[in-house]
Amino acid sequence: MLSTGLLGAAVAPPGLDLQSSFLDLAQAMGLTPGAARLLWLPLPMVLVLVGAVVGVLVSVWLERKISAAVQQRIGPEYAGALGVLQPLADGLKLVFKEDIIPARADGLLFSLGPVLVVVPVILSWLVVPFGQNLLISNVGVGIFLWIALSSIQPIGLLMSGYSSNNKYSLLGGLRAAAQSISYEIPLALAVLAVVMMSNSLSTVDIVAQQTGAGIFSWNIWRQPVGFVIFWICALAECERLPFDLPEAEEELVAGYQTEYSGMKFALFYLGSYINLVLSALLVSVLYLGGWGFPLPVEWITGWLGLSPDAPLVQVITGSIGIVSTIIKAYLLVFFAILLRWTTPRVRIDQLLDLGWKFLLPIALVNLLVTAGLKLAFPVAFGG
Amino acid sequence: MSIASTTQQICFLVLSATTVIGSLGVVLLPNIVYSAFLLGGVFLSVAGLYLLLNASFVAAAQILVYVGAVNVLILFAIMLVNKKETLAAIPGLLVRRLLSGAVCAGLFALLLRVAFTTPWALPGPTPVGEEATIRIGEHLFTDYLLPFELASVLLLMAMIGAIVLARRDVFSTDVITGEPADQGLIEKDRTPLLIETSANAPTLLTKP
Repeated sequence: MLSTGLLGAAVAPPGLDLQSSFLDLAQAMGLTPGAARLLWLPLPMVLVLVGAVVGVLVSVWLERKISAAVQQRIGPEYAGALGVLQPLADGLKLVFKEDIIPARADGLLFSLGPVLVVVPVILSWLVVPFGQNLLISNVGVGIFLWIALSSIQPIGLLMSGYSSNNKYSLLGGLRAAAQSISYEIPLALAVLAVVMMSNSLSTVDIVAQQTGAGIFSWNIWRQPVGFVIFWICALAECERLPFDLPEAEEELVAGYQTEYSGMKFALFYLGSYINLVLSALLVSVLYLGGWGFPLPVEWITGWLGLSPDAPLVQVITGSIGIVSTIIKAYLLVFFAILLRWTTPRVRIDQLLDLGWKFLLPIALVNLLVTAGLKLAFPVAFGG
Repeated sequence: MSIASTTQQICFLVLSATTVIGSLGVVLLPNIVYSAFLLGGVFLSVAGLYLLLNASFVAAAQILVYVGAVNVLILFAIMLVNKKETLAAIPGLLVRRLLSGAVCAGLFALLLRVAFTTPWALPGPTPVGEEATIRIGEHLFTDYLLPFELASVLLLMAMIGAIVLARRDVFSTDVITGEPADQGLIEKDRTPLLIETSANAPTLLTKP
Protein backbone atom coordinates (compact mmCIF):
# COMPACT_ATOMS: atom_id res chain seq x y z
CA MET A 1 0.00 0.00 0.00
CA LEU A 2 2.81 2.36 0.87
CA SER A 3 4.76 1.50 -2.23
CA THR A 4 2.00 2.54 -4.63
CA GLY A 5 2.38 6.12 -3.48
CA LEU A 6 6.17 6.09 -3.46
CA LEU A 7 6.57 4.43 -6.81
CA GLY A 8 3.84 6.25 -8.72
CA ALA A 9 3.84 6.58 -12.50
CA ALA A 10 4.26 2.84 -12.93
CA VAL A 11 2.58 3.01 -16.33
CA ALA A 12 5.45 4.46 -18.32
CA PRO A 13 4.34 7.44 -20.40
CA PRO A 14 6.72 8.57 -23.15
CA GLY A 15 9.94 10.03 -21.85
CA LEU A 16 12.98 8.92 -19.96
CA ASP A 17 12.11 6.42 -17.21
CA LEU A 18 15.24 5.77 -15.21
CA GLN A 19 13.39 3.81 -12.55
CA SER A 20 12.11 1.04 -14.80
CA SER A 21 15.47 0.85 -16.59
CA PHE A 22 17.26 0.51 -13.24
CA LEU A 23 14.81 -2.10 -11.96
CA ASP A 24 15.17 -4.12 -15.18
CA LEU A 25 18.95 -3.91 -14.95
CA ALA A 26 19.01 -4.96 -11.28
CA GLN A 27 16.68 -7.88 -11.92
CA ALA A 28 18.79 -8.93 -14.87
CA MET A 29 21.71 -9.08 -12.44
CA GLY A 30 19.82 -11.57 -10.30
CA LEU A 31 18.15 -9.44 -7.60
CA THR A 32 14.57 -9.96 -6.46
CA PRO A 33 12.13 -7.17 -7.42
CA GLY A 34 11.82 -6.12 -3.76
CA ALA A 35 15.59 -5.82 -3.29
CA ALA A 36 15.94 -3.93 -6.57
CA ARG A 37 13.28 -1.49 -5.45
CA LEU A 38 14.99 -1.07 -2.08
CA LEU A 39 18.26 -0.28 -3.89
CA TRP A 40 16.50 2.22 -6.14
CA LEU A 41 14.57 4.11 -3.43
CA PRO A 42 17.44 6.12 -1.87
CA LEU A 43 19.04 7.03 -5.21
CA PRO A 44 16.64 9.79 -6.38
CA MET A 45 16.37 11.13 -2.83
CA VAL A 46 20.13 11.52 -2.45
CA LEU A 47 20.38 12.95 -5.95
CA VAL A 48 17.72 15.57 -5.27
CA LEU A 49 19.25 16.42 -1.88
CA VAL A 50 22.65 16.96 -3.47
CA GLY A 51 20.99 18.93 -6.27
CA ALA A 52 19.21 21.15 -3.74
CA VAL A 53 22.41 21.88 -1.83
CA VAL A 54 24.36 22.62 -5.01
CA GLY A 55 21.48 24.85 -6.08
CA VAL A 56 21.86 26.74 -2.80
CA LEU A 57 25.61 27.19 -3.32
CA VAL A 58 24.95 28.55 -6.80
CA SER A 59 22.29 30.97 -5.57
CA VAL A 60 24.50 32.20 -2.72
CA TRP A 61 27.25 32.89 -5.24
CA LEU A 62 24.75 34.61 -7.54
CA GLU A 63 23.47 36.68 -4.63
CA ARG A 64 26.98 37.86 -3.77
CA LYS A 65 27.95 38.60 -7.35
CA ILE A 66 24.69 40.32 -8.33
CA SER A 67 24.57 42.39 -5.16
CA ALA A 68 28.15 43.45 -5.90
CA ALA A 69 27.20 44.37 -9.46
CA VAL A 70 24.17 46.35 -8.23
CA GLN A 71 26.35 48.28 -5.80
CA GLN A 72 29.19 48.66 -8.34
CA ARG A 73 31.59 46.46 -6.38
CA ILE A 74 33.52 43.43 -7.59
CA GLY A 75 32.33 40.93 -5.01
CA PRO A 76 34.12 37.70 -4.14
CA GLU A 77 36.91 36.95 -6.60
CA TYR A 78 39.78 35.11 -4.88
CA ALA A 79 38.10 31.82 -3.86
CA GLY A 80 38.09 30.01 -7.18
CA ALA A 81 37.50 31.56 -10.60
CA LEU A 82 35.15 34.57 -10.17
CA GLY A 83 34.75 33.54 -6.53
CA VAL A 84 32.64 30.46 -7.26
CA LEU A 85 34.07 28.67 -4.23
CA GLN A 86 33.09 31.50 -1.87
CA PRO A 87 29.79 29.85 -0.74
CA LEU A 88 31.73 26.66 0.02
CA ALA A 89 34.19 28.69 2.10
CA ASP A 90 31.24 30.32 3.92
CA GLY A 91 29.81 26.90 4.66
CA LEU A 92 33.14 25.56 5.95
CA LYS A 93 33.51 28.58 8.20
CA LEU A 94 30.08 27.93 9.70
CA VAL A 95 30.94 24.24 10.28
CA PHE A 96 33.95 25.18 12.37
CA LYS A 97 32.24 27.89 14.40
CA GLU A 98 31.40 27.31 18.03
CA ASP A 99 27.85 26.15 18.65
CA ILE A 100 26.46 28.47 21.32
CA ILE A 101 23.25 28.00 23.28
CA PRO A 102 22.60 31.26 25.14
CA ALA A 103 22.29 31.24 28.93
CA ARG A 104 18.67 30.80 30.11
CA ALA A 105 17.59 29.83 26.61
CA ASP A 106 15.50 26.71 26.20
CA GLY A 107 18.11 24.28 24.85
CA LEU A 108 15.76 21.64 23.48
CA LEU A 109 13.46 23.99 21.57
CA PHE A 110 16.48 26.09 20.55
CA SER A 111 18.01 23.08 18.78
CA LEU A 112 14.74 21.77 17.39
CA GLY A 113 13.70 25.10 15.79
CA PRO A 114 16.15 25.15 12.84
CA VAL A 115 15.43 21.47 12.11
CA LEU A 116 11.69 22.15 11.89
CA VAL A 117 12.43 25.00 9.49
CA VAL A 118 14.64 23.00 7.12
CA VAL A 119 12.99 19.55 7.03
CA PRO A 120 9.62 20.59 5.46
CA VAL A 121 11.43 22.62 2.81
CA ILE A 122 13.61 19.68 1.81
CA LEU A 123 10.61 17.31 1.90
CA SER A 124 8.81 19.57 -0.57
CA TRP A 125 11.41 18.69 -3.23
CA LEU A 126 9.55 15.39 -3.42
CA VAL A 127 7.10 16.84 -5.92
CA VAL A 128 9.38 18.97 -8.13
CA PRO A 129 9.46 17.39 -11.60
CA PHE A 130 12.43 17.73 -13.94
CA GLY A 131 10.88 15.52 -16.61
CA GLN A 132 7.98 13.19 -17.22
CA ASN A 133 9.45 10.58 -14.86
CA LEU A 134 12.30 12.60 -13.38
CA LEU A 135 10.93 13.28 -9.92
CA ILE A 136 11.10 11.42 -6.64
CA SER A 137 7.42 10.66 -6.44
CA ASN A 138 4.45 11.60 -8.57
CA VAL A 139 2.07 11.81 -5.62
CA GLY A 140 -1.54 12.56 -6.43
CA VAL A 141 -1.82 15.49 -4.05
CA GLY A 142 1.40 16.98 -5.50
CA ILE A 143 1.25 20.74 -5.23
CA PHE A 144 -1.13 20.57 -2.23
CA LEU A 145 1.54 18.63 -0.35
CA TRP A 146 3.93 21.54 -0.89
CA ILE A 147 1.37 24.06 0.43
CA ALA A 148 0.74 21.85 3.48
CA LEU A 149 4.42 21.29 4.20
CA SER A 150 5.31 24.95 3.87
CA SER A 151 2.76 25.70 6.59
CA ILE A 152 4.86 23.75 9.13
CA GLN A 153 7.74 26.18 8.80
CA PRO A 154 6.29 29.03 10.93
CA ILE A 155 6.14 26.64 13.89
CA GLY A 156 9.89 26.18 13.68
CA LEU A 157 10.35 29.94 13.42
CA LEU A 158 8.10 30.57 16.43
CA MET A 159 9.97 27.87 18.33
CA SER A 160 13.39 29.36 17.68
CA GLY A 161 12.11 32.87 18.34
CA TYR A 162 10.58 31.85 21.65
CA SER A 163 13.42 29.66 22.91
CA SER A 164 16.19 32.20 22.24
CA ASN A 165 15.15 34.24 25.28
CA ASN A 166 15.66 37.45 23.33
CA LYS A 167 13.07 40.10 22.53
CA TYR A 168 14.29 40.58 18.96
CA SER A 169 14.09 36.87 18.32
CA LEU A 170 10.57 36.65 19.70
CA LEU A 171 9.41 39.62 17.62
CA GLY A 172 11.03 38.13 14.53
CA GLY A 173 9.37 34.77 15.12
CA LEU A 174 5.95 36.37 15.64
CA ARG A 175 6.34 38.47 12.50
CA ALA A 176 7.39 35.42 10.51
CA ALA A 177 4.31 33.50 11.64
CA ALA A 178 1.96 36.42 10.92
CA GLN A 179 3.50 36.95 7.47
CA SER A 180 3.40 33.28 6.63
CA ILE A 181 -0.27 32.90 7.61
CA SER A 182 -1.33 35.99 5.66
CA TYR A 183 0.42 35.06 2.43
CA GLU A 184 -0.44 31.39 2.43
CA ILE A 185 -4.08 32.08 1.53
CA PRO A 186 -3.57 34.10 -1.69
CA LEU A 187 -0.79 31.65 -2.60
CA ALA A 188 -3.13 28.68 -2.24
CA LEU A 189 -5.87 30.49 -4.21
CA ALA A 190 -3.46 31.26 -7.05
CA VAL A 191 -2.41 27.60 -7.14
CA LEU A 192 -6.07 26.57 -7.05
CA ALA A 193 -6.76 28.49 -10.26
CA VAL A 194 -3.96 26.57 -12.01
CA VAL A 195 -5.20 23.28 -10.56
CA MET A 196 -8.68 24.05 -11.83
CA MET A 197 -7.30 24.43 -15.33
CA SER A 198 -5.28 21.21 -15.29
CA ASN A 199 -7.92 19.12 -13.42
CA SER A 200 -5.21 17.62 -11.21
CA LEU A 201 -3.07 18.43 -8.18
CA SER A 202 -0.14 16.42 -9.52
CA THR A 203 2.79 18.54 -10.67
CA VAL A 204 3.42 16.22 -13.63
CA ASP A 205 -0.15 16.69 -14.87
CA ILE A 206 0.11 20.45 -14.39
CA VAL A 207 3.17 20.55 -16.66
CA ALA A 208 1.68 18.06 -19.12
CA GLN A 209 -1.32 20.38 -19.54
CA GLN A 210 1.09 23.18 -20.60
CA THR A 211 2.79 21.23 -23.38
CA GLY A 212 1.50 21.15 -26.91
CA ALA A 213 2.27 24.53 -28.43
CA GLY A 214 5.57 25.27 -26.71
CA ILE A 215 5.88 28.73 -25.17
CA PHE A 216 2.33 29.72 -26.20
CA SER A 217 0.70 27.01 -24.12
CA TRP A 218 2.39 28.03 -20.87
CA ASN A 219 0.10 29.02 -18.05
CA ILE A 220 1.57 32.51 -17.74
CA TRP A 221 -0.51 33.68 -20.72
CA ARG A 222 -3.71 32.25 -19.25
CA GLN A 223 -2.96 33.15 -15.63
CA PRO A 224 -1.01 36.44 -15.70
CA VAL A 225 -2.66 37.72 -12.51
CA GLY A 226 -2.17 34.40 -10.76
CA PHE A 227 1.49 34.45 -11.76
CA VAL A 228 2.05 37.86 -10.17
CA ILE A 229 0.13 36.89 -7.01
CA PHE A 230 2.06 33.63 -6.70
CA TRP A 231 5.42 35.33 -7.20
CA ILE A 232 4.69 38.04 -4.60
CA CYS A 233 3.48 35.43 -2.10
CA ALA A 234 6.44 33.17 -2.80
CA LEU A 235 8.81 36.05 -2.08
CA ALA A 236 6.93 36.73 1.15
CA GLU A 237 7.05 33.06 2.14
CA CYS A 238 10.81 33.00 1.52
CA GLU A 239 11.18 36.19 3.58
CA ARG A 240 13.04 37.93 0.79
CA LEU A 241 13.21 41.68 0.53
CA PRO A 242 10.87 43.61 0.09
CA PHE A 243 9.17 41.25 2.58
CA ASP A 244 12.07 40.35 4.90
CA LEU A 245 10.46 41.89 8.00
CA PRO A 246 11.05 38.87 10.25
CA GLU A 247 14.79 39.41 9.96
CA ALA A 248 14.87 43.14 9.26
CA GLU A 249 18.39 43.95 10.39
CA GLU A 250 17.80 47.64 11.12
CA GLU A 251 14.91 46.89 13.47
CA LEU A 252 15.39 43.39 14.83
CA VAL A 253 19.17 42.66 14.54
CA ALA A 254 18.48 39.42 12.66
CA GLY A 255 15.01 38.43 13.87
CA TYR A 256 14.56 34.85 15.01
CA GLN A 257 18.14 33.91 14.06
CA THR A 258 19.80 36.56 16.23
CA GLU A 259 21.10 34.13 18.85
CA TYR A 260 22.11 31.34 16.48
CA SER A 261 25.65 30.53 15.44
CA GLY A 262 27.55 27.76 13.71
CA MET A 263 25.61 24.99 12.02
CA LYS A 264 22.26 25.98 13.51
CA PHE A 265 22.55 29.34 11.83
CA ALA A 266 23.73 27.55 8.70
CA LEU A 267 20.52 25.49 8.75
CA PHE A 268 18.42 28.67 8.68
CA TYR A 269 20.59 30.05 5.90
CA LEU A 270 20.38 26.82 3.93
CA GLY A 271 16.64 26.59 4.53
CA SER A 272 15.95 30.08 3.23
CA TYR A 273 17.95 29.54 0.04
CA ILE A 274 16.55 26.04 -0.58
CA ASN A 275 13.12 27.61 -0.18
CA LEU A 276 13.98 30.33 -2.69
CA VAL A 277 15.18 27.83 -5.31
CA LEU A 278 12.17 25.61 -4.59
CA SER A 279 9.74 28.51 -5.04
CA ALA A 280 11.42 29.47 -8.30
CA LEU A 281 11.19 25.86 -9.51
CA LEU A 282 7.51 25.72 -8.59
CA VAL A 283 6.79 29.00 -10.37
CA SER A 284 8.39 27.51 -13.46
CA VAL A 285 6.36 24.32 -13.01
CA LEU A 286 3.06 26.12 -12.46
CA TYR A 287 3.35 29.00 -14.91
CA LEU A 288 6.37 28.59 -17.21
CA GLY A 289 5.80 25.12 -18.60
CA GLY A 290 8.12 23.17 -16.29
CA TRP A 291 10.50 21.04 -18.31
CA GLY A 292 8.95 22.17 -21.62
CA PHE A 293 11.29 23.77 -24.15
CA PRO A 294 9.91 27.00 -25.77
CA LEU A 295 9.71 25.02 -29.03
CA PRO A 296 8.14 21.59 -28.41
CA VAL A 297 10.82 18.88 -28.54
CA GLU A 298 8.40 16.59 -30.39
CA TRP A 299 8.26 19.06 -33.29
CA ILE A 300 12.06 19.25 -33.49
CA THR A 301 12.44 15.46 -33.52
CA GLY A 302 9.68 15.33 -36.14
CA TRP A 303 11.50 17.82 -38.39
CA LEU A 304 14.75 15.90 -37.97
CA GLY A 305 12.95 12.67 -38.75
CA LEU A 306 13.94 10.99 -35.48
CA SER A 307 11.83 8.57 -33.50
CA PRO A 308 10.99 10.04 -30.06
CA ASP A 309 11.35 6.57 -28.51
CA ALA A 310 14.98 6.02 -29.58
CA PRO A 311 17.23 5.77 -26.47
CA LEU A 312 19.64 8.53 -27.51
CA VAL A 313 16.78 10.90 -28.40
CA GLN A 314 15.17 10.16 -25.03
CA VAL A 315 18.39 10.99 -23.18
CA ILE A 316 18.77 14.23 -25.13
CA THR A 317 15.16 15.32 -24.63
CA GLY A 318 15.42 14.43 -20.93
CA SER A 319 18.55 16.58 -20.61
CA ILE A 320 16.87 19.44 -22.45
CA GLY A 321 13.98 19.15 -19.99
CA ILE A 322 16.24 19.30 -16.94
CA VAL A 323 18.26 22.20 -18.35
CA SER A 324 15.18 24.24 -19.29
CA THR A 325 13.61 23.71 -15.85
CA ILE A 326 16.81 24.89 -14.19
CA ILE A 327 17.25 27.85 -16.54
CA LYS A 328 13.68 29.03 -15.90
CA ALA A 329 14.11 28.63 -12.15
CA TYR A 330 17.41 30.51 -12.07
CA LEU A 331 15.99 33.31 -14.19
CA LEU A 332 13.41 33.75 -11.42
CA VAL A 333 16.12 33.50 -8.74
CA PHE A 334 17.97 36.25 -10.60
CA PHE A 335 14.86 38.46 -10.47
CA ALA A 336 14.43 37.73 -6.78
CA ILE A 337 18.05 38.72 -6.08
CA LEU A 338 17.75 41.86 -8.19
CA LEU A 339 14.55 42.77 -6.30
CA ARG A 340 16.29 42.24 -2.98
CA TRP A 341 19.09 44.65 -3.78
CA THR A 342 17.01 47.35 -5.47
CA THR A 343 13.77 47.69 -3.50
CA PRO A 344 13.15 49.12 -0.03
CA ARG A 345 11.44 47.08 2.67
CA VAL A 346 7.70 47.49 3.31
CA ARG A 347 6.39 48.23 6.80
CA ILE A 348 4.63 45.51 8.78
CA ASP A 349 1.22 47.18 8.42
CA GLN A 350 1.76 47.67 4.68
CA LEU A 351 2.75 44.03 4.43
CA LEU A 352 -0.41 42.79 6.15
CA ASP A 353 -2.58 45.28 4.22
CA LEU A 354 -1.12 44.06 0.94
CA GLY A 355 -1.76 40.45 1.87
CA TRP A 356 -5.27 40.69 3.28
CA LYS A 357 -6.82 43.71 1.55
CA PHE A 358 -5.24 43.49 -1.90
CA LEU A 359 -3.86 40.06 -2.79
CA LEU A 360 -6.64 38.03 -1.16
CA PRO A 361 -9.57 39.73 -3.01
CA ILE A 362 -7.60 39.77 -6.28
CA ALA A 363 -6.81 36.07 -5.89
CA LEU A 364 -10.49 35.30 -5.23
CA VAL A 365 -11.55 37.28 -8.32
CA ASN A 366 -8.87 35.48 -10.32
CA LEU A 367 -10.24 32.13 -9.19
CA LEU A 368 -13.78 33.16 -10.09
CA VAL A 369 -12.76 34.49 -13.52
CA THR A 370 -10.80 31.30 -14.19
CA ALA A 371 -13.84 29.20 -13.32
CA GLY A 372 -16.00 31.34 -15.62
CA LEU A 373 -13.50 31.13 -18.48
CA LYS A 374 -13.20 27.39 -18.00
CA LEU A 375 -16.96 27.06 -18.44
CA ALA A 376 -17.03 29.49 -21.39
CA PHE A 377 -13.92 28.31 -23.29
CA PRO A 378 -13.24 24.71 -22.25
CA VAL A 379 -10.74 24.29 -25.11
CA ALA A 380 -8.33 26.95 -23.91
CA PHE A 381 -8.86 26.59 -20.17
CA GLY A 382 -8.87 22.83 -19.74
CA GLY A 383 -12.52 21.79 -19.74
CA MET B 1 6.60 -10.62 5.37
CA SER B 2 7.42 -8.16 2.60
CA ILE B 3 9.49 -5.02 3.04
CA ALA B 4 6.48 -2.76 2.43
CA SER B 5 4.30 -4.31 5.12
CA THR B 6 7.17 -4.31 7.66
CA THR B 7 7.77 -0.64 6.97
CA GLN B 8 4.07 0.00 7.35
CA GLN B 9 3.96 -1.80 10.71
CA ILE B 10 7.00 0.07 12.05
CA CYS B 11 5.52 3.38 10.88
CA PHE B 12 2.20 2.55 12.52
CA LEU B 13 3.83 1.70 15.85
CA VAL B 14 6.02 4.81 15.87
CA LEU B 15 3.14 7.10 14.87
CA SER B 16 0.72 5.65 17.44
CA ALA B 17 3.33 5.90 20.19
CA THR B 18 4.03 9.52 19.25
CA THR B 19 0.33 10.32 19.20
CA VAL B 20 -0.40 8.77 22.60
CA ILE B 21 2.70 10.03 24.41
CA GLY B 22 2.40 13.44 22.77
CA SER B 23 -1.24 13.87 23.78
CA LEU B 24 -0.42 12.84 27.34
CA GLY B 25 2.30 15.47 27.29
CA VAL B 26 -0.14 18.10 25.99
CA VAL B 27 -2.43 17.50 28.94
CA LEU B 28 0.06 16.83 31.72
CA LEU B 29 2.95 19.25 31.13
CA PRO B 30 2.83 22.36 33.31
CA ASN B 31 4.56 24.56 30.69
CA ILE B 32 1.86 25.72 28.28
CA VAL B 33 4.34 26.46 25.48
CA TYR B 34 5.58 22.87 25.54
CA SER B 35 1.99 21.69 25.44
CA ALA B 36 1.31 23.80 22.37
CA PHE B 37 4.38 22.52 20.51
CA LEU B 38 3.54 18.93 21.46
CA LEU B 39 0.03 19.50 20.11
CA GLY B 40 1.63 20.27 16.76
CA GLY B 41 3.55 16.99 16.98
CA VAL B 42 0.34 15.09 17.76
CA PHE B 43 -1.40 16.66 14.74
CA LEU B 44 1.56 15.69 12.56
CA SER B 45 1.54 12.07 13.69
CA VAL B 46 -2.22 11.86 13.13
CA ALA B 47 -1.53 13.11 9.60
CA GLY B 48 1.02 10.31 9.31
CA LEU B 49 -1.64 7.79 10.33
CA TYR B 50 -3.94 9.13 7.61
CA LEU B 51 -1.08 8.68 5.15
CA LEU B 52 -0.71 5.06 6.25
CA LEU B 53 -4.41 4.59 5.51
CA ASN B 54 -3.79 5.82 1.93
CA ALA B 55 -5.71 9.02 2.55
CA SER B 56 -3.05 11.43 1.33
CA PHE B 57 -5.43 14.31 0.66
CA VAL B 58 -6.85 14.14 4.20
CA ALA B 59 -3.30 13.95 5.57
CA ALA B 60 -2.22 17.06 3.68
CA ALA B 61 -5.41 18.89 4.71
CA GLN B 62 -4.78 17.85 8.33
CA ILE B 63 -1.27 19.36 8.20
CA LEU B 64 -2.46 22.52 6.44
CA VAL B 65 -5.43 23.20 8.72
CA TYR B 66 -4.37 21.87 12.11
CA VAL B 67 -0.62 22.37 12.10
CA GLY B 68 -0.37 25.32 9.76
CA ALA B 69 -3.35 27.33 10.99
CA VAL B 70 -4.77 26.14 14.31
CA ASN B 71 -1.51 25.31 16.06
CA VAL B 72 0.28 28.41 14.77
CA LEU B 73 -2.58 30.58 16.03
CA ILE B 74 -2.49 28.86 19.44
CA LEU B 75 1.26 29.47 19.66
CA PHE B 76 0.76 33.03 18.48
CA ALA B 77 -1.79 33.71 21.20
CA ILE B 78 0.39 32.12 23.88
CA MET B 79 3.44 34.11 22.88
CA LEU B 80 1.59 37.42 22.58
CA VAL B 81 0.29 37.18 26.14
CA ASN B 82 3.20 35.26 27.58
CA LYS B 83 3.49 36.69 31.07
CA LYS B 84 5.47 34.79 33.63
CA GLU B 85 3.16 34.94 36.61
CA THR B 86 2.83 32.58 39.53
CA LEU B 87 -0.73 31.35 39.65
CA ALA B 88 -2.42 31.37 43.05
CA ALA B 89 -2.80 27.90 44.47
CA ILE B 90 -6.34 26.63 43.96
CA PRO B 91 -7.86 25.05 47.09
CA GLY B 92 -8.42 21.34 46.81
CA LEU B 93 -6.24 20.94 43.74
CA LEU B 94 -5.50 17.32 44.54
CA VAL B 95 -9.20 16.42 44.79
CA ARG B 96 -9.92 18.18 41.47
CA ARG B 97 -7.10 16.34 39.75
CA LEU B 98 -8.25 13.00 41.13
CA LEU B 99 -11.80 13.69 39.99
CA SER B 100 -10.81 14.68 36.46
CA GLY B 101 -8.48 11.67 36.31
CA ALA B 102 -11.39 9.41 37.30
CA VAL B 103 -13.63 10.95 34.62
CA CYS B 104 -10.91 10.43 31.99
CA ALA B 105 -10.35 6.82 33.10
CA GLY B 106 -14.09 6.15 32.87
CA LEU B 107 -14.26 7.63 29.38
CA PHE B 108 -11.25 5.55 28.38
CA ALA B 109 -12.90 2.37 29.70
CA LEU B 110 -16.09 3.21 27.79
CA LEU B 111 -14.18 3.77 24.54
CA LEU B 112 -12.24 0.53 25.04
CA ARG B 113 -15.49 -1.34 25.48
CA VAL B 114 -16.90 0.21 22.31
CA ALA B 115 -13.74 -0.66 20.43
CA PHE B 116 -13.80 -4.29 21.53
CA THR B 117 -17.53 -4.96 21.23
CA THR B 118 -18.13 -3.34 17.83
CA PRO B 119 -18.00 -5.98 15.08
CA TRP B 120 -15.46 -4.30 12.82
CA ALA B 121 -15.53 -5.46 9.20
CA LEU B 122 -12.10 -6.91 8.47
CA PRO B 123 -10.54 -6.15 6.06
CA GLY B 124 -12.08 -2.71 5.73
CA PRO B 125 -13.23 -1.09 2.49
CA THR B 126 -10.57 -0.90 -0.22
CA PRO B 127 -8.80 2.46 -0.14
CA VAL B 128 -9.50 4.70 -3.13
CA GLY B 129 -5.96 6.13 -3.10
CA GLU B 130 -5.37 8.98 -5.53
CA GLU B 131 -9.04 9.03 -6.51
CA ALA B 132 -9.85 10.36 -3.04
CA THR B 133 -9.51 14.04 -3.98
CA ILE B 134 -12.16 13.71 -6.69
CA ARG B 135 -14.46 11.66 -4.43
CA ILE B 136 -14.22 14.24 -1.61
CA GLY B 137 -15.06 17.01 -4.06
CA GLU B 138 -18.06 15.11 -5.40
CA HIS B 139 -19.41 14.42 -1.92
CA LEU B 140 -18.89 18.01 -0.76
CA PHE B 141 -21.01 19.29 -3.65
CA THR B 142 -23.74 16.65 -3.64
CA ASP B 143 -24.89 14.79 -0.52
CA TYR B 144 -22.76 16.75 1.97
CA LEU B 145 -23.54 20.16 0.47
CA LEU B 146 -25.69 21.35 3.38
CA PRO B 147 -23.21 20.53 6.19
CA PHE B 148 -20.44 22.06 4.05
CA GLU B 149 -22.33 25.32 3.57
CA LEU B 150 -23.42 25.40 7.22
CA ALA B 151 -19.80 25.04 8.29
CA SER B 152 -18.89 28.02 6.12
CA VAL B 153 -21.72 30.06 7.68
CA LEU B 154 -20.41 29.11 11.12
CA LEU B 155 -16.92 30.25 10.16
CA LEU B 156 -18.35 33.51 8.81
CA MET B 157 -20.14 34.10 12.11
CA ALA B 158 -16.95 33.46 14.04
CA MET B 159 -15.07 35.85 11.79
CA ILE B 160 -17.62 38.64 12.13
CA GLY B 161 -17.68 38.09 15.88
CA ALA B 162 -13.90 38.37 16.06
CA ILE B 163 -13.97 41.59 14.04
CA VAL B 164 -16.68 43.10 16.26
CA LEU B 165 -14.72 42.17 19.39
CA ALA B 166 -11.44 43.47 18.02
CA ARG B 167 -12.82 46.77 16.65
CA ARG B 168 -14.55 48.73 19.35
CA ASP B 169 -15.31 51.71 17.10
CA VAL B 170 -17.99 49.95 15.08
CA PHE B 171 -20.86 51.39 17.14
CA SER B 172 -21.46 55.09 16.51
CA THR B 173 -23.83 55.32 19.48
CA ASP B 174 -23.66 53.73 22.86
CA VAL B 175 -25.79 50.62 22.80
CA ILE B 176 -27.38 51.21 26.22
CA THR B 177 -27.71 54.99 26.61
CA GLY B 178 -27.96 56.01 22.97
CA GLU B 179 -25.30 58.71 23.35
CA PRO B 180 -22.73 59.21 20.62
CA ALA B 181 -19.86 56.93 21.41
CA ASP B 182 -16.21 56.88 20.55
CA GLN B 183 -13.33 54.72 21.47
CA GLY B 184 -12.42 56.85 24.48
CA LEU B 185 -15.97 56.74 25.85
CA ILE B 186 -16.17 52.99 25.51
CA GLU B 187 -12.80 52.60 27.19
CA LYS B 188 -13.96 54.84 30.08
CA ASP B 189 -15.45 52.13 32.21
CA ARG B 190 -12.40 49.99 32.10
CA THR B 191 -9.64 52.58 32.34
CA PRO B 192 -10.55 55.52 34.55
CA LEU B 193 -7.38 57.31 33.44
CA LEU B 194 -8.95 58.00 30.06
CA ILE B 195 -11.84 60.11 31.43
CA GLU B 196 -9.76 63.29 31.55
CA THR B 197 -8.56 63.08 27.98
CA SER B 198 -11.81 61.91 26.48
CA ALA B 199 -13.83 64.66 28.09
CA ASN B 200 -11.77 67.35 26.34
CA ALA B 201 -11.30 65.55 23.07
CA PRO B 202 -13.85 66.15 20.29
CA THR B 203 -16.29 63.32 19.94
CA LEU B 204 -15.30 60.94 17.18
CA LEU B 205 -18.25 59.76 15.18
CA THR B 206 -17.22 56.69 13.28
CA LYS B 207 -19.64 55.13 10.91
CA PRO B 208 -20.48 51.48 11.28
